Amino acid sequence: MSDNTTIASYKRLEDRSKITNLLLRWFLYFILILFASYFIFPLYVMLVTAFKTMPEIRQGNLLTWPSQLNFESWAVAWGGRGYGAGDTFLRPYFWNSIKMVVPAVFFSTFIGAMTGYVLTKWRFKGDSWVFLFLLFGCFIPYQAILLPMARTLGVLGISNSILGLVVVHSIYGIPFTTLFFRNYYVSIPNELIKAARIDGAGFFKIFFKILLPISTPIIVVTVIWQFTQIWNDFLFGATFSFGEAAPIQVALNNMVLSSTSVKEYNVDMASAIIAGFPTLIVYVLAGKYFIRGLTSGAVKG
Amino acid sequence: MIALKIQDLSKNFGSTEVLKKINLKIDEGNFLVLLGPSGCGKSTLLNIIAGLETIDEGTVFIDDYDVSKVEPKDRNIAMVFQSYALYPSMSVKENMVFGLKQAKASKEKIEEQLKKFSNFLHVDELLNRKPSQLSGGQRQRVAIGRALVREPRIFLFDEPLSNLDAKLRVEMRREIKKLHQKLKTTVVYVTHDQTEAMSLGTNIAIMNHGIIQQYDTPENIYNKPNNTFVADFIGSPPMNLISGQLVKEANKTLFIPEGSGQSNNITIKNYNFVKTQDENSKDVYFGIRPEHIHYKKTNDNDIEFNLKTDLNEYIGHEQITTFNYFNQEVLGKFPSTIKIETNKEMKLFFDLSQISIFDKKTNNRI
Amino acid sequence: MAFLLFFMLKWLEKNLPKIVLAPAVGLISWFIYGFILWTFYISFTNSKILPKYELWGVGQYVKLWKTHKWLIAVDNLLIFTVLFLIICIVIGVILAIFLDQKIRAEGVLRTVYLYPMALSFIVTGTAWKWILNPTLGIQKLFIDMGFENFTFDWLVNREMAIYTIVIAGVWQSSGFVMALFLAGLRSIDDEIVKAAKIDGASLFTVYWKILIPMMRPVFFTSFVILVHISIKSYDLIVALTQGGPGISTTMPALFMTQTAFHKSQVALSAASAIMMFMAVAAVIIPYLYSELRRENVR
Repeated sequence: MSDNTTIASYKRLEDRSKITNLLLRWFLYFILILFASYFIFPLYVMLVTAFKTMPEIRQGNLLTWPSQLNFESWAVAWGGRGYGAGDTFLRPYFWNSIKMVVPAVFFSTFIGAMTGYVLTKWRFKGDSWVFLFLLFGCFIPYQAILLPMARTLGVLGISNSILGLVVVHSIYGIPFTTLFFRNYYVSIPNELIKAARIDGAGFFKIFFKILLPISTPIIVVTVIWQFTQIWNDFLFGATFSFGEAAPIQVALNNMVLSSTSVKEYNVDMASAIIAGFPTLIVYVLAGKYFIRGLTSGAVKG
Repeated sequence: MIALKIQDLSKNFGSTEVLKKINLKIDEGNFLVLLGPSGCGKSTLLNIIAGLETIDEGTVFIDDYDVSKVEPKDRNIAMVFQSYALYPSMSVKENMVFGLKQAKASKEKIEEQLKKFSNFLHVDELLNRKPSQLSGGQRQRVAIGRALVREPRIFLFDEPLSNLDAKLRVEMRREIKKLHQKLKTTVVYVTHDQTEAMSLGTNIAIMNHGIIQQYDTPENIYNKPNNTFVADFIGSPPMNLISGQLVKEANKTLFIPEGSGQSNNITIKNYNFVKTQDENSKDVYFGIRPEHIHYKKTNDNDIEFNLKTDLNEYIGHEQITTFNYFNQEVLGKFPSTIKIETNKEMKLFFDLSQISIFDKKTNNRI
Repeated sequence: MAFLLFFMLKWLEKNLPKIVLAPAVGLISWFIYGFILWTFYISFTNSKILPKYELWGVGQYVKLWKTHKWLIAVDNLLIFTVLFLIICIVIGVILAIFLDQKIRAEGVLRTVYLYPMALSFIVTGTAWKWILNPTLGIQKLFIDMGFENFTFDWLVNREMAIYTIVIAGVWQSSGFVMALFLAGLRSIDDEIVKAAKIDGASLFTVYWKILIPMMRPVFFTSFVILVHISIKSYDLIVALTQGGPGISTTMPALFMTQTAFHKSQVALSAASAIMMFMAVAAVIIPYLYSELRRENVR
């Protein structure tokens, strides 16, 4: 092979890889954007529908833009029409959910942090079995505990109350919060705890003064995870509460299902957006932590 | 014949310049070591030679062909990585022949090459194992084997020994040296370990901050460092750099150590200056390696000193002693057979035939 | 007396970690394991509205597997699980691989693919119900676009309604699989990809022969999580079809709550819950076992 042909063949290789690369790139972006529109489509439809009037909805289709921003459906979804019976709207239930979520997130996170701390930094014989014992709770289908839970809440006199839901969510959140904290604390060197013990710090001092101050990232992950789970829960809400004590997801479902007269899709969509807004906002602002919770809940370590 | 030539090569990552106008040439069959501290750009340079990184400016020639935009697989190179980078889901055999298969080599050719090199590297017993079932040393052999079977023009090694323990590292270093003696293939080898560089390389390029500080033979790098960086980087402990002034007097050149007050000075003789020194006085570093400070006179170039010992570190086959030389620390290296007491005056001889002198302003050898 | 107090304090100090652990272990023992045992026991009784504690044998299980609605629920679960699993994994893997190609705006795209995970099934179910409704939804969209005879009535079609649940479920969960795989791909030593490039492997070969086989644990994890989601799926069906038209989209979770709280057949409902529990356990126990073993090996 002479020098010239070698150079030419190098040149050809260069050109070919350039063209295939370019085509590949375009194809890549095309597919990615196609999927992005599939994912964004329902959100778009919800938003435009919520701003339309009913005649507009009947005339146009899913994609048509509202002729003007019509806030009436939002007002109806949030505050109702103002006539008495049968007028369901989200405002009270939104506050129900807040009152349920805040304490439930706090208790489950706190218990999970303490449990994770003991399981990693005060190890004892059989501790990994205890962890497994708790971890299994992440996966059980809640149907298997619904019946006795309903009875227990009845016996305690807190069925159909926000307090009851706080208790339920606090308990069933423990396996998840324990998992998060345990996996986080495992990666913190034990030397830190040893050093603190030599310096004379006890069990609680080590936790509150040394571990907790460096736990911000995992606290954020856990709080976001628990917030999202509890806010979005429907099964417990629908089973253990009805009427005035219901959380927002249950109320939303009731609103959409109650077929009084004509279906008002714009109000339905506005309601759905209101019910989804808090978790969506948290996701947009702190998506990184949300994803971390999601993946670390699935793949440990 | 020149196997690899790098011309005015520059590379930026964002606003940081990783490589600045690099020029290098290596003849066929030589062993080039890129040596430098971490972040000096040596691995980037290797990746550019492999075609795994793009070039911002300049050209890479392999066998006189400009390969700057050629895909890695078409450059006729093979590479061994720090983490071995064996494909975990494939057996040793599949790992070794993967490249040949991609190049659509014939079955016979693949079998032949596999047999030849698995034998050569003593991995023929391991062919059906998965990488996870191998020890560190065995993985290293397989990684080298995977590179060998393709019989490339140039071998690239990216810190191949740094994941091995100390004993195995010395062993594998010798094996790589033997391998090169036998195959005579051109090698480019990246490391931060000076012993590896010195023992393996026929040529060493010392890099820092994206610039080649010195490109030379191991002997020259050790004996005639180009600048204070090289002087400091090579040798353990590094070269003593004593600051002071170089003064011309009548037909003598004198070194006056800082803080000595004119009276104490060293007459420089038999030193090959890079070029004749015009100025009458200049701030310089006087460089002498610890091993060139003797406890008894060895030749005529030795001049005598009496210095106080500050610290003595006994390390078995030798001992390293710190002296106070006009409040500057000077280290000496002695056999462990002699007795050295701390906080005592000790008679010493500096071997003036082995010194280096650097300009304090430019840090370059003069 | 002081002596006793001293020993009590000593004991307390020594066992403090276990005492702190006690609430979590106690609550989980009672509210998960105890309750499952209770449900298990009740499934062997003949309880109707109120639990009765005399044993009644396996009658409820026999009855369950003769109940037409339960059989439909199980059928639906199988159809849903298989489709949901395959489509989610295919989409997730493709998106992860594509996003791994040094894409501009990767962060934005990732956010878009994953946001459904932040929403409740009730919210998304409400949206999909509106989108899929046969009069004003997708069907009208296509008719407006010029496909005049286009019909899309899956939501109200007994045969097809289950597939609308697949569509909404996949939409909600495939971003999750994408996130898992992307994290997996990113954790791979990039020297392996470099080695493969030098060996002359095309991008396709790099993924097909090297990276995807390395993702086996991630496939396993995705499989387990997705099966788990599908067995538990309840909210989505409630929001989208309420199990209808008729009972054509009933799933075990819906069957369980309806039997317990609308039909007041507590024992039968408990039997169905235990079936669900066993199905989940069959997938989860091997998973936890292998995860734990992997951790011990490390």
